[in-house]
Amino acid sequence: MTDLDTFRSDTRAWLEANCPPEMREPVRSDADVCWGGRGYDPDANPPQKAWLDAMAGRGWTVPDWPRDYGGGGLSAAETKVLREEMAAIRARNPLNSFGISMLGPALLKYGTEEQKLEHLPKIARGEIRWCQGYSEPNAGSDLAGLAASAEDAGDHYIVNGQKVWTSYADKADWIFCLVRTSKASKQGGISFVLFDMASPGVSTKPILLISGYSPFCETFMDDVKVPKANRIHDENKGWDVAKYLLGHEREMISGMGLGGGGRNPLIEGAIATVGLDHDGRLADPVLRTQIALFEVRAKAFAAMSERFIDELKAGRAHPAQPSMMKYVGTELNKDRHELMMAAGGSDALEWESERSGTGAAPRAWLRTKANSIEGGTSEIQLNIIAKRILELPGA
Amino acid sequence: MPLFLNDEQTMLRDTARDFVAEHASVSHLRALRDADDPTGFSRDLWKQFADMGLNGILIPEAQGGLGLGHVEAGVVLEEIGRNLSPSPFLTTAVAAVAALQGSAQADRWFPGIIAGETVAALAIDEGAKHRDAIGLKAERSGNGFRLTGDKRFVTHGHVADLLIVAARTAGSADEADGVTLFAVPRDAAGLTATPERLADASLAARMTFDGVEVNADAVIGEVDAGRDPLGRLLRAGRTGAAAELLGVGGGAMDMTVGYLKERKQFGVAIGTFQALQHRAAHLYSEMEVARAAVLKAQQLMDTGADADEAVSIAKAMTGMATTLSVQEGVQMHGGIGMTDEYDIGFYMKRARVLAEMFGDIGFHADRLAKAAGY
Repeated sequence: MTDLDTFRSDTRAWLEANCPPEMREPVRSDADVCWGGRGYDPDANPPQKAWLDAMAGRGWTVPDWPRDYGGGGLSAAETKVLREEMAAIRARNPLNSFGISMLGPALLKYGTEEQKLEHLPKIARGEIRWCQGYSEPNAGSDLAGLAASAEDAGDHYIVNGQKVWTSYADKADWIFCLVRTSKASKQGGISFVLFDMASPGVSTKPILLISGYSPFCETFMDDVKVPKANRIHDENKGWDVAKYLLGHEREMISGMGLGGGGRNPLIEGAIATVGLDHDGRLADPVLRTQIALFEVRAKAFAAMSERFIDELKAGRAHPAQPSMMKYVGTELNKDRHELMMAAGGSDALEWESERSGTGAAPRAWLRTKANSIEGGTSEIQLNIIAKRILELPGA
Repeated sequence: MPLFLNDEQTMLRDTARDFVAEHASVSHLRALRDADDPTGFSRDLWKQFADMGLNGILIPEAQGGLGLGHVEAGVVLEEIGRNLSPSPFLTTAVAAVAALQGSAQADRWFPGIIAGETVAALAIDEGAKHRDAIGLKAERSGNGFRLTGDKRFVTHGHVADLLIVAARTAGSADEADGVTLFAVPRDAAGLTATPERLADASLAARMTFDGVEVNADAVIGEVDAGRDPLGRLLRAGRTGAAAELLGVGGGAMDMTVGYLKERKQFGVAIGTFQALQHRAAHLYSEMEVARAAVLKAQQLMDTGADADEAVSIAKAMTGMATTLSVQEGVQMHGGIGMTDEYDIGFYMKRARVLAEMFGDIGFHADRLAKAAGY
């Protein structure tokens, strides 16, 4: 038995003993997702809290981070085994966090030792919920065109400006934020800073979306005092951090193209709606064909994701490859939800009924339409692939 | 096993890439076509493949082969696809060898395959679309069997030394059971082959079995249990065809991207136009997804895992991606892409033939749906 086999059997036994049965059910709505943070109510869902504590206790909310920073210190191979074993029992993600998927990797690469020790363990334990201050009203796809300013005031900056599309800004504790520290150069005048959302001068306003939800906010900064010690990497070098972080964001978003493990809700939904004919085929042949062709693409993309992760771990992925993953993954996710709406028929149109989970299907469908806009539009990803991978000439 | 080629496999790829590009580039295909070559491929080249050791790539070392797997066979097939090389490698070294693997017939046929003296063809299709149905009859006769019926789309069927024939020894055409696989020498009496030149300049035969007598030892595996070796043949053939498609699609894409960088209109390289950049980037993405699907199927087959689903995904996905690649290739080349003189059209033709071989996109999507219970 190899060490990895031992690790697998130990992990399996530990998960069996520590993952509550309630945490092995599919996530049904946003309320089932644990984001942690200062506003987290530990009594609202005891199994969820137990699962978070158990995983964080082993550093397994961030299994491949170093132990000093609250991680599990696992190797790439062990991390893969852990993910496989979690998938095998359909364990829910113990903690959803932009701190884990986005800020953490950037801190690990660019943060000082002090900054790492201050922030990473709290991310790992879900104590601080983070949001991302990138986009501005006039700086979307042209992200580097941002205007929010940070004025040098000795040991701190005075930040003024507005961010938009800040996911869950109204629920977040801290923000990682791009600000302009120099007008001399577009990309070379940006700095990457962290600050507490409770700082004086910070306010947020949710934006009502087509889904009827408001996960995104406008964030206003009015003479916000940000210590220089909270700047990651050098002044005016924030664009390096931003780009690095975007790569991780794209990876995370691309994962949505994979759908969930286990039962396939698309197929189950279609069978429930139109039924099977006497040969056991979906009674709507066109829908059947559409689903089958979609499944070919989705499963091929799952193989691509596996390959991408393997290449990343081996340090041999092309640095622009996350753009390809993001592009394909998000377009697939949109296709999946379009098909799920078609499979559900009029049942999937119900917006407020209890039977429909308060319109879970149409709201999720509408939500996915943002996938190819957020984190860099599909068109931006295609530009990156064309220029950096295919090396097509600039205009 | 990580989902990328290891160092040995990468070395093999580089070797195969140089060898195929040097000896069997698109100009080789063009020359054979222009000469209206009645064989459809070069016997000399097949011998050179043997000299490289490639023909025994899937044959165990104990039987004189290289003892490698489907990942390695795919590496070679991708280069064959990239260069549109007419070669019996897929039918003989991959599909037929997979069928014969572990059977009593292996000892008889492997040495000739390894030496580059034997070419095998696969007589499995009976209609214009690949289906699981097998209707060609094999009736007990004396010490052996009597084969009666027709097969179609038999690549190299008119010149092959060995035919792998799927026949029915019991039941009716659409039943799974009752199929037997036979290794039939091409010179068996009562066997006629009518070669037809296809769109891609390759030759495939319509074959008629008019009471062809074979000995009992021609059976591969067990009587009535031919689905086992036939399943091995089809998995290997489908995965191999997917790998070759990957090469065709990748070759067409490389040619197209190269053209975008060179061709000038309005005073600039057309590759500067965002409309074309986006389509090229989309094409690249589709090909990458297809590449991962193919490697996944190959690795599963090499580890002995249940690979049926992965094989169908690989074949269907490469069908989609490569069709896109050759269509975009011709379109982005503009008028020159429509000329016979330019090579991109050859890629379009080969892609169509390979997409049809061993089941098209719809056939494999349907298999997935059935397996998933809808």
